[in-house]
Amino acid sequence: MNTEILGVIFMYATVVSMAIPLGRYIGKIFNYENTWLDKIFHPLDNLFFKLSGIDPSNEMNWKEHLAALFTINAFWFVISLFVLTNMSWLPLNPDSNPSMSWDLAFNTSVSFVSNTNLQHYSGETGLSYMGQLILMLWQFISAATGIAICAVVFNAMKERTADKLGNFYSYFVRTCTRILLPIAFVGAIILVFNGTPMTFEGKDTITTLEGVEQQVSRGPAAAFIPIKQLGTNGGGYYGPNSTNPMENPNYLTNILETVFIFLIPIALIFAMGYVLNRRKLALMVYGVMTAGFLCLVIPSIYFEMQGNPALVEMGIAQDMGSMEGKEVRFGSAASAYWAINTTSTSNGSVNAMHDSMTPLTGMFAMLGMMINCFYGGVGVGFINFYVFIILAVFIGGLMVGRTPEFLGKKVEAKEVKIAMMIALLHPLMILGGTATASFLYASNPEAYAEWLNNPGAHGFGEFLYEFSSSAANNGSGFEGLGDDTPFWNITTGLVMLLGRYLPIIGPVAIAGILASKKYVPESAGTLKTDTPTFGILVFAVIAILAALAFFPALTLGPLSEYFSL
Amino acid sequence: MTNKKTGLFQKDLVQEALRESFVKLNPKIMFRNPVMFTVELGTFIMLIVTLYSLVSDSQGSFGYNFMIFLLLLLTLLFANFAEAIAEARGKAQANSLRKTREETPAKKLIIDNGQWKKEPNHNYQFSIVNSSLLKKGDLFFCEAGDTIPSDGEIVEGLATIDESAITGESAPVIREAGGDKSSVTGGTKVLSDSIMVKVTAEQGESFLDKMIALVEGASRQKSPNEIALTILLAGFTLVFIIVTVTLKPFADYANTPITIAAYISLFVCLIPTTIGGLLSAIGIAGMDRALRANVITKSGKAVETAGDIDVLLLDKTGTITIGNRKATHFYPVSGIDEKHFIKSIVLSSIADETPEGKSIIELSKVDPLSYQVKEARYIKFTAETRSSGIDLPSGQAGSINTRIRKGAADAIKTLCENAGNPFPKETAERVTQISSNGGTPLVVSENEKVIGVIELQDIIKPGIQERFERLRKMGIKTVMVTGDNPLTAKFIAEKAGVDDFIAEAKPEDKMNYIKKEQEQGRLVAMMGDGTNDAPALAQADVGVAMNSGTQAAKEAGNMVDLDNDPTKLIEVVEIGKQLLMTRGTLTTFSIANDVAKYFAIIPALFIVAIPSLQGLNIMNLGSPESAILSAVIFNAIIIPMLIPLALKGVAYKPIGASALLRRNLFIYGLGGVIVPFIGIKLIDLFVSVFV
Repeated sequence: MNTEILGVIFMYATVVSMAIPLGRYIGKIFNYENTWLDKIFHPLDNLFFKLSGIDPSNEMNWKEHLAALFTINAFWFVISLFVLTNMSWLPLNPDSNPSMSWDLAFNTSVSFVSNTNLQHYSGETGLSYMGQLILMLWQFISAATGIAICAVVFNAMKERTADKLGNFYSYFVRTCTRILLPIAFVGAIILVFNGTPMTFEGKDTITTLEGVEQQVSRGPAAAFIPIKQLGTNGGGYYGPNSTNPMENPNYLTNILETVFIFLIPIALIFAMGYVLNRRKLALMVYGVMTAGFLCLVIPSIYFEMQGNPALVEMGIAQDMGSMEGKEVRFGSAASAYWAINTTSTSNGSVNAMHDSMTPLTGMFAMLGMMINCFYGGVGVGFINFYVFIILAVFIGGLMVGRTPEFLGKKVEAKEVKIAMMIALLHPLMILGGTATASFLYASNPEAYAEWLNNPGAHGFGEFLYEFSSSAANNGSGFEGLGDDTPFWNITTGLVMLLGRYLPIIGPVAIAGILASKKYVPESAGTLKTDTPTFGILVFAVIAILAALAFFPALTLGPLSEYFSL
Repeated sequence: MTNKKTGLFQKDLVQEALRESFVKLNPKIMFRNPVMFTVELGTFIMLIVTLYSLVSDSQGSFGYNFMIFLLLLLTLLFANFAEAIAEARGKAQANSLRKTREETPAKKLIIDNGQWKKEPNHNYQFSIVNSSLLKKGDLFFCEAGDTIPSDGEIVEGLATIDESAITGESAPVIREAGGDKSSVTGGTKVLSDSIMVKVTAEQGESFLDKMIALVEGASRQKSPNEIALTILLAGFTLVFIIVTVTLKPFADYANTPITIAAYISLFVCLIPTTIGGLLSAIGIAGMDRALRANVITKSGKAVETAGDIDVLLLDKTGTITIGNRKATHFYPVSGIDEKHFIKSIVLSSIADETPEGKSIIELSKVDPLSYQVKEARYIKFTAETRSSGIDLPSGQAGSINTRIRKGAADAIKTLCENAGNPFPKETAERVTQISSNGGTPLVVSENEKVIGVIELQDIIKPGIQERFERLRKMGIKTVMVTGDNPLTAKFIAEKAGVDDFIAEAKPEDKMNYIKKEQEQGRLVAMMGDGTNDAPALAQADVGVAMNSGTQAAKEAGNMVDLDNDPTKLIEVVEIGKQLLMTRGTLTTFSIANDVAKYFAIIPALFIVAIPSLQGLNIMNLGSPESAILSAVIFNAIIIPMLIPLALKGVAYKPIGASALLRRNLFIYGLGGVIVPFIGIKLIDLFVSVFV
């Protein structure tokens, strides 16, 4: 078989074979079962709680959980604002990089708080090491925020009637110390041995083959990169992200970084199966997400490996596939695979330029972000999926002649209302944002000429991609877009914040309300949610609600580009 | 009246429904249904566009715009017609029940100083008034030949009543003051004797009136599920509002002008108009189906709840077993000649009018008239002695002063032992054996000496096992309630195939059982008739009161069964499930339709400006205009095509929830994706001829 495809299959097989045991381990962490890391981390956790004066045994209801979530996020948001605007005089700045302006610091902070990592700066020149470290801290915090709130939802799904759903701070700290930190540490070691810099010294000077002296940026990159991948953050240490040879030196590190994108999102599905003791339900979720992912990734790899039809017509050989904007050391298949990995998980790191992909790969990357739950971001991917489960339960429950129930809890008007509002949010933000941009551009193309290098269908695709990326907290871009303008900074900033927090609040509210309802034992008449049939229903709901709503927009963007190639 | 087989579209009903379809265009009425309300807005805009296209052709030709306008109007009318025909059918059904008593003259008693005025010949004085003038608490008088003018409770007297007008059952029933059979229904007829009845409901507030009001829609409250579904559909509508509105700047950017007609067509096709248009018809039809099964529901919610039932409490007698026990075996004690034993029990049963007594004579195969019985004294069954029998004077039956008794084992035991005679061990064993086989032992004594045992057996209704099996497959636990001892109860429970039983049941036992199940989150249904049952009926999530039952029972329950048929609960459960299923499947169908509609309309919108998009026109539709028209036509006519399904309901099959989901997903989900592809293509072939 083609080595490139073999490489892709190997990467997927690796991530699944690692995610299953990891899921079990995460399940144990959520269940407060003993693990071998307890000896190391118990004292550490207790130290945090003692210092902050938090009682980790104090159980919270869903509203208190959200309050705790916002407390943590707001606290560190202020600190990161302070650091980013005062980098120039703070320590760890060997390259004497300047402080950020207030608006850029705000934009950057929002983007890291929301797990988006849309970067309007280049790490080499725009940040001191202190700045990089505070953003790295945020990559832990925003990832742990998603995972911890997901643990709350798991807790709420248990077979009992309860208001109190564990302690958010405790879930948060356990996620950081017992899940993210150890795995990121192992990843960093591997990167260091493959040549990724890990130092606090300033720029190095090398003499190139042409005999020119060149300055090379260094820093604590190896520590930064694993958590960028692991926490579906995606913000690169260097400006070009994982296309940069120091951020992603070779095919081996490319495997590592690709595996890290999916590792926790898939592991969390199995963790849910472990926490609830419903392995079949986890399989259903995994099956639907995988089916959706395959629908996106297989054609993408196919189209990238096929090469660009316009070039084919010109008689240019493309044995390696479409290589525009790709790294030769990764090839077209692994780049397309990464592209769909990073967009369907809200990661946003890149190892190739998405703007240069063939039109349909660009469309599938956008679809990954529009749907945003085929594995999805850490924690939040499952939470997004949960909304679709609720909607499918409602329709499916009616179809079997019973008031809809999910895991023994009746799904009623209130839950449907919240789920529907969350499902609406994505089309509203993406289509609404793109419509605003299109309206401005169409009404005065000269004034906004700086936005687009490629007007027409591709330019429209760039608008659509930018808003999809912001709404899905992805952070990648069709980089042809001139997005460093007030319009894009403000609108995408707003979309990022709304796209981060509303889809957390909604599902947590649903889960919390359902948890406090009376538990109804299952009977032969109850709709089973852990069957392939129900999986098909969920898939259909996602396809019709999340994908079809974008059909007209995609028609004017990548589809019309594809058909006119 | 039972299950009147009327066609779905009777001429007069259709006429009324057609008229109503136009009345319901009133935006105030339309507003209740958000999906169709947006269609109405779209239609209104199209009307303006059509008029505008008379003076300018920037929005396309007048003919095209007018066609779209007409089709949208038709969509609205079809949806209104669905609701109207469902209402008309329900009303017709209810009216036929109501008609019988509307112009009934009532013999209202005249009350004087709190006393009923009596004429010198001790007859009551009454005045004849129209039944519509009767008020709650009024007393009226009915004698043989009268039609009872209003629902009420007998306060004095006893009468045989023909209830066939309501129940369809021709055998007359006896209703009497006091006890559990004191309730009469308006419209039924007194066959013999006379009764005095107190009106229990204001005119217009009887169950039937409430039911009619529910069907007529004035007081029809949306059930919780219907509200949730409306929210879901409104959500889908909002998604498509976003999709359509944002398309305008997109098209401007791409320099592809789109006509208003095309926007509105896209929008109307995408929003779930099919289910939106049929939703209320489905709800009304559900109650109508219940009414056709002769069950009056107090709310649409009750029907829905019935579909969710987890536990069903059924009385043994009349539901699981044929009303009465039958004698199946005679066991004389050793030393007693079987012929003598049979003769004794036949003699003791000659005057026994109970079905058990009759069955004994039947089993003995002896003609009781062949015995010469003179001056015998018959002893009736009383609750104290718990036995019955006969006293024969000397010379009769070959003995002197024979006293034959038959009755409950312990009653006869006491009787014999008091007379100093032992209760034989073999009899005691026989009694236990019969009990454990589900039978009822009757011990027979002659002159206070045990001579044998009669075995009475319950006869389980034929086909009842299958019904319970069906319920089990629906996920419903059946519980038998009986006054029998646990041994007998267990046997019958096993034989009939119920899942659980309550033996030696007292009214409070039912109540406790219901509460226990409800605490575990289950929904409980029960049927009852007596005042004793009222608290349990009220406690149960679905309480079906028999129409023959007391007023208290009827007030407590949330449904009334006019047939007094205890197995009716099973039908009610299925009606409830059907109601929800019909909503679910049509929602699925409606939403699945969108796939094809997208592929019809989206290429049509842009194909002129971006010809390469022809690749998306996978149905190969004739022209952009014909594609849009075809989609809108399909969208409109699918509503009337589905009206029969909405009214009849999707067939419920007890094959387990997963299999049912698979089946419905396949038919209505996959079918919903495929059917419009074919339908739109066919319509397009036709439309292309003209466009």
